[in-house]
Amino acid sequence: MADVNRGNRPLSPHLQVYQLPLAAITSIVNRAAGQAMVAGLLLLAFWLLGAAAGGGLWDWADWLTRSWFGFLVLLGSCWALWYHFLAGIRHFFYDAGEGLEIETARMTSIAIIAGSVILTLLSLIIYWI
Amino acid sequence: MRYVTPRKAAVGLGASHTGTEHHWWMTVSSAALALLTPSFLMVMGTALQLPERADILLYFTRPYPAIVVAIFMTLGMMHFIKGSRIMIDDYLEHTARKVAIIGFSIFGWAVIAFTLFALARIQLAFAQAI
Repeated sequence: MADVNRGNRPLSPHLQVYQLPLAAITSIVNRAAGQAMVAGLLLLAFWLLGAAAGGGLWDWADWLTRSWFGFLVLLGSCWALWYHFLAGIRHFFYDAGEGLEIETARMTSIAIIAGSVILTLLSLIIYWI
Repeated sequence: MRYVTPRKAAVGLGASHTGTEHHWWMTVSSAALALLTPSFLMVMGTALQLPERADILLYFTRPYPAIVVAIFMTLGMMHFIKGSRIMIDDYLEHTARKVAIIGFSIFGWAVIAFTLFALARIQLAFAQAI
């Protein structure tokens, strides 16, 4: 096509250049968090199985769970669980037709991010004291 | 003989042929899991604090920790299997989709089986000891 005067119109958004709103990002992260927390649940299931079995399996499972690697997996899963918890509660409101306005959804997104970090730190503090 | 037209029988069921059944199941299970989440974290946090294996076994012979972990893990992994199904349907097609659905189901039920077996074995060992 030769030079076409397209006028001073906005270009239609394309998926690859379209900046996702925060509510869309928090919704995608909710899906990822649901998958990610299974790492922690798997580790805990393995730990329980080791405790029930005893012997070498227990030594290995307990060592892995209490190692810095195990701690990071459990802490990450704890955050993912709280995130999924809060985003899931938002979904109850979405399903009821509430909180779907752009500005409200942006605010609840910020609340979910902040809330999940606060609840994770709170869990860690309760765990340590 | 059902006295409904084929159209009447199909209305509201959509492409899934099961209507809103899946969504409603996810809603109910998520409500239950949300209520159980603080208890589950408290129980596992308490168990992880215990230094010796004997202490951990004794802790899980108590009904509250054992029941909380059993329900949370069972319902949680079922929620995971059914929730992942939506993700699989979004991203995969044809054979890959079928393999993924089967794979996620096997994995989820394996985690449930490991957890329940471990808890049951702990209860049985305790019953033998007393």
